[in-house]
Amino acid sequence: MIKVEHLGKHFGRIKAVDDISFDVNEHENMVLLGTSGCGKTTTLKMLNRLIEPTHGKVFINNKNILEQQPEQLRRGIGYVLQNNGLFPHYTVGENIAIVPQLLKWDKKQIQHRVSELLEKLHLDKSYLSAYPNELSGGQQQRVGLARALVADPPVLLMDEPFGALDNVTKAKIHAEFKALDELKKKTIIMVTHDVQEAFELGDRICLMDAGKIVQQGAPTDLLFKAKNKFVREFLEEQRLQLEFKSVTLKDVEKEINGFQPDQSVWSVLEKLKADNDDPAEFEQLITSFYQFKKHQAHE
Amino acid sequence: MNDQQQTLWDFMRQQSDKLATQTLEHIGLTFISLLLAVLVGLPLGILIARKRKLSGTVLGIAGILQTIPSIALLGFMIPLLGIGPKPAIVALLLYALLPIIRNTYTGITGVDAAVKEAATAMGMSQRQILFKVELPLAMPVILAGIRTATVITVGVATLASYIAAGGLGEFIFGGISLNNTNMILAGAIPAALLAIIFDFLLSRVQHLNTKKLKAVTIALPILIVVLSSFYLIPSAYGSKLTAGFTPEFMGRQDGNLGLRDKYGLKIHTIVISDAVMYKAAYEKQLDVISGYSTDGRLKAYNLVVLKDDKGIFPPYYAAPIVRDGALKQFPELEKTLNLLSGQINDTIMTELNYRTDYLHESPEKVAKDFLVSKNLWKPERGGNGGVVRIGSKIFGEQYILANMYSMLIKGYTDYGVSTKTGLGGTKICFDALTNNQIDFYPEYTGTGLLVILQADAKTVNALEGSKEKTYNYDKQEFEKRYNIAWLKPIGFNNAYALMMRQKQAADLGVKSITDLKKYLDKK
Repeated sequence: MIKVEHLGKHFGRIKAVDDISFDVNEHENMVLLGTSGCGKTTTLKMLNRLIEPTHGKVFINNKNILEQQPEQLRRGIGYVLQNNGLFPHYTVGENIAIVPQLLKWDKKQIQHRVSELLEKLHLDKSYLSAYPNELSGGQQQRVGLARALVADPPVLLMDEPFGALDNVTKAKIHAEFKALDELKKKTIIMVTHDVQEAFELGDRICLMDAGKIVQQGAPTDLLFKAKNKFVREFLEEQRLQLEFKSVTLKDVEKEINGFQPDQSVWSVLEKLKADNDDPAEFEQLITSFYQFKKHQAHE
Repeated sequence: MNDQQQTLWDFMRQQSDKLATQTLEHIGLTFISLLLAVLVGLPLGILIARKRKLSGTVLGIAGILQTIPSIALLGFMIPLLGIGPKPAIVALLLYALLPIIRNTYTGITGVDAAVKEAATAMGMSQRQILFKVELPLAMPVILAGIRTATVITVGVATLASYIAAGGLGEFIFGGISLNNTNMILAGAIPAALLAIIFDFLLSRVQHLNTKKLKAVTIALPILIVVLSSFYLIPSAYGSKLTAGFTPEFMGRQDGNLGLRDKYGLKIHTIVISDAVMYKAAYEKQLDVISGYSTDGRLKAYNLVVLKDDKGIFPPYYAAPIVRDGALKQFPELEKTLNLLSGQINDTIMTELNYRTDYLHESPEKVAKDFLVSKNLWKPERGGNGGVVRIGSKIFGEQYILANMYSMLIKGYTDYGVSTKTGLGGTKICFDALTNNQIDFYPEYTGTGLLVILQADAKTVNALEGSKEKTYNYDKQEFEKRYNIAWLKPIGFNNAYALMMRQKQAADLGVKSITDLKKYLDKK
């Protein structure tokens, strides 16, 4: 779906992004993870040409984006910013309708689509004529998401979308994010510096440092098959929690009644502990988890 | 006080059509300039917000324009654009430019970068971003700039009357020249009210919410255009010849009022400052002007004085007028000032004025040359017997006289001298004298009679235009009312006079004011 080849951006002598290549499959959620200044945001912005690359190629649906008109390209790519970037002089309704207006949809179609999204994102209809500054941070972020999704673009770029939210709101939005059907059929590239978020939302993760990709792969790959010391150290602090959250029942080859095989060990443990009626089940799961870990380490 | 208010009200009622005309002209002048300033300033502001490298240069130039004194800027415009509304509008436009450019630039560059990025990322073109995002969000700041520009323009537009562009300045400067407080207030109060009203209205607009702002953004340009058109309403009449009269002349019995009463002269008249009046006549922008009979520019620009065959201009013999207090304090002063008495006749004064006004010699040099030629000049004694303060009005002749007096005092007495020259019109000079800010200045008998004493028609007629009678009446009344003494006349008579270009007057066969009236009444 998205193919990035030898992409680079130099600001004078500084190589902000240094010759990186990666692929993103359709309907996949790829996370660009790294500390500030590692080049992840620059990489993202080159995908919709907010920043023009110094060298390299980007293909979306096998089309070279550098050969397309930038405005046309961008109307087909959803974009969510950290500080939401809502137009303060537009109402919520008008904000969401910006791209359809640019695409010259008819009025009824726009109205219908806007109210549909409001409902899906759990925003009350009365917000339609409110201005962004009358909403809470979480609500603003939802409107920002609605605005990016409104024209149903196949690709969604998200630049630290939940970075400005507090942890409680963030957790809530994460849950909504994962549940939202609109997002299931999108190819998403998300930038974050939050390791937890990356592991929770990403199908695959690109860990970046100093303009280069250090390792890319599934969350468990990064945890159990770390390429080098940098990767290990980057994940060290939250390793245990990340492991519990990334490993699924299927991974540890265990079937427990009432749980899906792709549920994380963490979520199952939480549930079991809360019910607290079968301590044996709880302990067995932990044992299987450690066996799995041991197995991974030997491989 | 009550009496004063009553008279002001009466004056405004009496002159209500003139007041209305001037107010309309003033509003029109302000908004034409403002409209043009917005048309120039807004795109410039947008340009430098796009190309930031240019911002320093553009804002720098606009800033320099702003620092040029307004009267000087108007002066610069005359050689380029002549007199009348054109140069005034250009000058006002240049003044209004800086706040508009600067606020447009600040407003646009101040738009949240995240919002601009979002707009770009959603696929808006540069144009769409400008009109849908940047300008609407910058609008409150831009409106603040327009508000500042409006208030500046309303104020500076009072000066437009100096170059015959009309407006409320005609009353203000006429009033200053004529020592007529009501006339000054009749111009100044409406001008101040205009500034306050427009400022208030624009402040309301500025604080409207986003929705209403959209409507206002469309309505405002239309409103400005409508207000601009006010300027065109009053000046829709004309005559064969155009006269340019000073604001002072316009309101004087021995000026335009007398011309109408006694000659029945009806001529298309514009109000103009005497600084540019002669040149405008020379350049054929004006045909008839109100000048002074000893003015050097009369000679310089080949103008001819029309004969005052019905005698409406009283004699204007110049003499120093001195505070009684100063005469006591400086016992030798009277004797010294009288040294000049009888020394300068009309021809000599015209010649001296010609040297300063046209040959641009310094008044100091002209004064010294003259005193030396008359054997009156003595080197400075450098004494320290107190300082005599000399005043003068703001034209060449008065500068020359002030210099002569200064040299005489320094040469013949032990007093020091300080000069306060260029004191606007008669009112400013005379007020300075009565308030003990200066000790003496040269005044003219006719001005004393009509402007300061404000003699009624009966008194004026009784004096029969006689030099001696007028002088004696002034001397007696000034002593009685103000404790100010008239010393001996210097000799020349600098009376008001109507003037035309020599060639035009000869072509039309106009020699006197009656001839002029006859020519104008033909057909």
